[in-house]
Amino acid sequence: MTTPGAMNCKSLVELVTEYLDGALPEPERARFEAHLAGCDGCTTYLDQIRTTIRVAGALSEEQIPPPAREALLDVYRRWAEETGRGLGG
Amino acid sequence: MGDVPPRASTEDLLLVRRLRAGDEQAFMELVERYQPSMLRIARMYVSTRAVAEEVVQDAWLGVLRGLDGFEGRSSLRTWIFRILVNIAKSRGAREARSVPFSSLGEDESGPTVDPDRFRPDDDPRWPGHWAAPPAGWEGVPEERLLAGETLARVDEAIEALPPNQRAVIRLRDVLGWTSTEVCNALDLSETNQRVLLHRARAKVRRALEGYLAPEGAG
Repeated sequence: MTTPGAMNCKSLVELVTEYLDGALPEPERARFEAHLAGCDGCTTYLDQIRTTIRVAGALSEEQIPPPAREALLDVYRRWAEETGRGLGG
Repeated sequence: MGDVPPRASTEDLLLVRRLRAGDEQAFMELVERYQPSMLRIARMYVSTRAVAEEVVQDAWLGVLRGLDGFEGRSSLRTWIFRILVNIAKSRGAREARSVPFSSLGEDESGPTVDPDRFRPDDDPRWPGHWAAPPAGWEGVPEERLLAGETLARVDEAIEALPPNQRAVIRLRDVLGWTSTEVCNALDLSETNQRVLLHRARAKVRRALEGYLAPEGAG
């Protein structure tokens, strides 16, 4: 049933990032979608990559410890003073 | 890198104006927004966290000194991260630890999905098709997917990646940067960036798959 030029699962999984970035050139994009339309395994794989991205997007960055914030505020204050900005209002 | 990086937004320009005027609040907003990721990026070029913190502090000073010259030809964050990467690189060079970004992490190649999960290439009917397809996650409730423990696993999987893959997935997927922004900040080609992202996502998916596998599977 494999048609000439068709894509198999093993090669499709290596193209998902390009596909999701909209960077897959024709005719590969068409072949990618044609394969996807008939393949549950690859549809699931692509869904899982999308879910992975979504879960990664739910991670939050660590908080800045207060001493580091203070140090940076100092950097800014010194700069502002040296360059004569916001002269104390 | 054919793409033109996005120009500064109105919000960027407003923030720059406040910074130039000596607005501490504006500066701290910027610090809250970028400091953690700046630290992560700096860590890729220098040996210790302490040095990375110095690098980031120097980068902020560089940002302030360059502020009057900022013309908005790139987004504010692209500009900030470029300053950071330059400082981190030269500091890394002084530490004699300088390596091109692309080599931060072994030069991996080969498939990102275990070849054993596919039928062999000489399979008479379905060469290269799934032998062990992934089990869908439709049954996994949203609360479990976004639960603290799942997030901790994902974070762990990201931390276990080679530094260059880690940096790219952090910026793209955790922080939501566009590929153009990542390429500009890290001085990577689109292709290189995508390869790193691809490998990173595949590994994180695998970690999630292992964690979310139904009880008693396998």
